[in-house]
Amino acid sequence: MLGLLALVPAPAFAAALEGEAERQPVNWVAIGMFVAFVGLTLWITKAAAARTHTASDFYTAGGGISGFQNGLAMAGDYMSAASFLGISAQIFNDGYDGLIYSTGFLVGWPILLFLMAERLRNLGRFTFADVASYRFAQPPVRSFAAMSTLLVVSFYLVAQMVGAGQLIKLLFGLPYGAAVGIVGGLMMLYVLFGGMRATTWVQIIKAVLLLGGASFMALMVMAQSGFSLEALFARAVEVKTQAAVAGGANAVEAAERGRSIMAPGNFIKDPVSAISFGLALMLGTAGLPHILMRFFTVPDAKEARKSVLWATGWIGYFYILTFIIGFGAIVLVGTQPTYLDGEGALRGGGNMAAIHLAHAIGGNALLGFISAVAFATILAVVAGLTLSAASAVSHDLYATVLKRGEADSADELRVSRITTLALGAFAVLLGLLFEKQNVAFMVSLAFALAASGNFPVLILSLLWSGCTTRGVAWGGTIGLLTAFVLTLLSPAVWTATFGLGEAPFPYSSAAIFSVPAGFVAIWIISRLDRGPRAAVDKAGYAAQRVRAETGIGAFAASDH
Amino acid sequence: MQKAAEEAMVAAVAADPRYVDLVARRARLGWMLSAVIFIAFVAYLLLIAFDKALLGAPIGDGVTSVGIPVGLGLILLAIALTGVYVAHANRHHDAQMAAILKDHGA
Repeated sequence: MLGLLALVPAPAFAAALEGEAERQPVNWVAIGMFVAFVGLTLWITKAAAARTHTASDFYTAGGGISGFQNGLAMAGDYMSAASFLGISAQIFNDGYDGLIYSTGFLVGWPILLFLMAERLRNLGRFTFADVASYRFAQPPVRSFAAMSTLLVVSFYLVAQMVGAGQLIKLLFGLPYGAAVGIVGGLMMLYVLFGGMRATTWVQIIKAVLLLGGASFMALMVMAQSGFSLEALFARAVEVKTQAAVAGGANAVEAAERGRSIMAPGNFIKDPVSAISFGLALMLGTAGLPHILMRFFTVPDAKEARKSVLWATGWIGYFYILTFIIGFGAIVLVGTQPTYLDGEGALRGGGNMAAIHLAHAIGGNALLGFISAVAFATILAVVAGLTLSAASAVSHDLYATVLKRGEADSADELRVSRITTLALGAFAVLLGLLFEKQNVAFMVSLAFALAASGNFPVLILSLLWSGCTTRGVAWGGTIGLLTAFVLTLLSPAVWTATFGLGEAPFPYSSAAIFSVPAGFVAIWIISRLDRGPRAAVDKAGYAAQRVRAETGIGAFAASDH
Repeated sequence: MQKAAEEAMVAAVAADPRYVDLVARRARLGWMLSAVIFIAFVAYLLLIAFDKALLGAPIGDGVTSVGIPVGLGLILLAIALTGVYVAHANRHHDAQMAAILKDHGA
C-alpha cells in the first residue's frame, strides 16, 4: 500500500481513505464525547440561526468575524482528520517522509497572503467569483467560477465522505452507511440554519479541540523522552532496528532500516513529479473556494491579513505536533503487542497510529476524546465545503447569472438552502456509491484543479491590465480541463484506481503542465480578444487596482 | 459616499505619486517574500529528489539528521515570513495608505 501511496500526491489526506477499515467494537466513551460535541454545536447553530436573516449573514457571518477567529477557522478547514491521522501514520511507517507533506501543505499560505489576501477582501463580498469577475462581463466569468467551485468541492467532498464512513466505522464501531448519514445530516443542519456563522464556530471549536488534544499528546510524548527530540529519535531508530531484526534482517540491514526513518524515502522519485506535486499543493491552497470564502467573513483587509498569519501559525504548529506524535507512536505503540496484529502491523489498519497512541498515553478517556475530535473534524470540514458550493450556486449562478443581479436577499437565501439540501443528499449518495472505491486521487485532483483554474484566473484578473472576459472564462476552463485530463491519465488514477495498465502521463501531479497551461491560455486568449467587451475590461483595470489596493468602496461588515 | 464622488476619489488616488510609490513598494515586498518561500521550498524538493543522503546524514555524533532542522526550519520560515509581512504592513503601509486616503477626502 505504501508503494502505491508514493505515487499519489497528497497521500497524507489519502492515507486515511484507503483500504478496508475493519469495524471496531462500539466505543461508548467516544460516542459520549461526540454527542457532547454535537449538542454544543447544535446549540451554537440555534443561536446563529436567530441572527441569520440576510444573504450577508448566511455567506459571511455578516462580516463580523475577527482575524484571530478567522485564522482558527481557516486552520480548522485545513487540519482535516485525514491529515491528522494520515500524516502521523505516514511518520509511524516511514519517519521523515511525513514532514515533506507537512511543509508542502503549509507553504501555500504565505503566498496567499503576499499576493492575494488583502486584495481579495477589498474587492470581494461573498465568493471569490466576486473578485475574479470584478471588471468583466458577469455571466461568463461567474459561470466559470461556479463550475470550478462545484468541481473542486465535489471531489474534495467525496473524499471526505468516504473517509468519514471508513474512519467512523473504525473509531466508533458504527456501520458505514450510518456514519455517512450522520455526517450528511448534521452538516446540513449547521449550514441550513446557521449559515457561515454556525459553520465558522463549529470549525473554531473543532480547531481548538484538535490543537488541544494534539498538544497534550505531543507533550506527553516529549515528557517520556525527557523533552529531548534527540532521545525520541534515538529510541525510534532503535525500535525500527529491532523490528527489522525480528523480521529476519541481518545486523547491517537492520541498522540501515532503522536509520532510514531519519531520511527521505521513496516519496519523490523524479524531479518533475517533485516540482509538480509541490506546485499543486502550494498554488492549490490559494485557489480552494472554501478557504477563499473565509476572507469575506472579516471586516477589512487588515483582519484578512491577520487571519492568514494566525492560520499559518496554527497549521505550522499542528504539523510540528503531528511530527512528534508520529515518532511517539513508533516508540509507544510500535513496541506494544496489544496494538499490533500477528504480523506486527497496526490493529484496525495503518491509519490508527495516532488513535492507538492516544490510548497508550491516556487510556480509554483520551482514546474517546481523540476519536470524537476526528469525527468532529470531518463534520466541520464537510460543512465548510458545502457552504462554499451552495454560495457558488445561489450567489454566482442564481443571483448574478440567472437573475442578472436583481434577485432579492430572501430569494437568494432560499436558493442557497435548497442547494445545501441537494448537496447534502448528493454527498451522502456519493459517499455510499464510492464506499469500496479508492478515492485517494480525488483530493489531489481538487488541489490540481484549484491550482490550474482558480489560481491563474485570480492572479491575472487582479494583477494584469490586459486580461479580458474571454481570457478568464475560456483560459480558466482550459487550465481546469488540462488538470482534469492529465490527472485521469496519471498513474494514481489510470493504473492504481482503474487498473488500465501503464499510465500515459507518467508524473504524479499534473500541476507543472496544467498551471502554466491556465496562465498561457488566459494570456493568449486575452491578447487575441479585440471585441468591444475587451476594451471595457482593459479600461476597468486602473480603477479596480486602486480599489483592490486601498479598500475604497469595499463592502463593510453588515452588523455589529 | 456617492458613486460619482467615489469614482473621483479613485481617480485622484491613482494619480497621487505617493500612492504609486506605496503600491510599488508593497508589491515588491510581496513578490520578494513569495520568491523566498517559493525558492526555499523548491530547493528542498530538489534536494529530496537528488540528494537524499545529504538530508539523511546525522548531525555530529547524534541520531538527528540534517533533514530534521531543514524541514522544521521550512515550517518556521513560512510562519516567520507571514509575520514579517504583517508586521511591515501594520507598521508602515496602513498608516501611509490612511494618510493618502485622508488627503483625498476619505
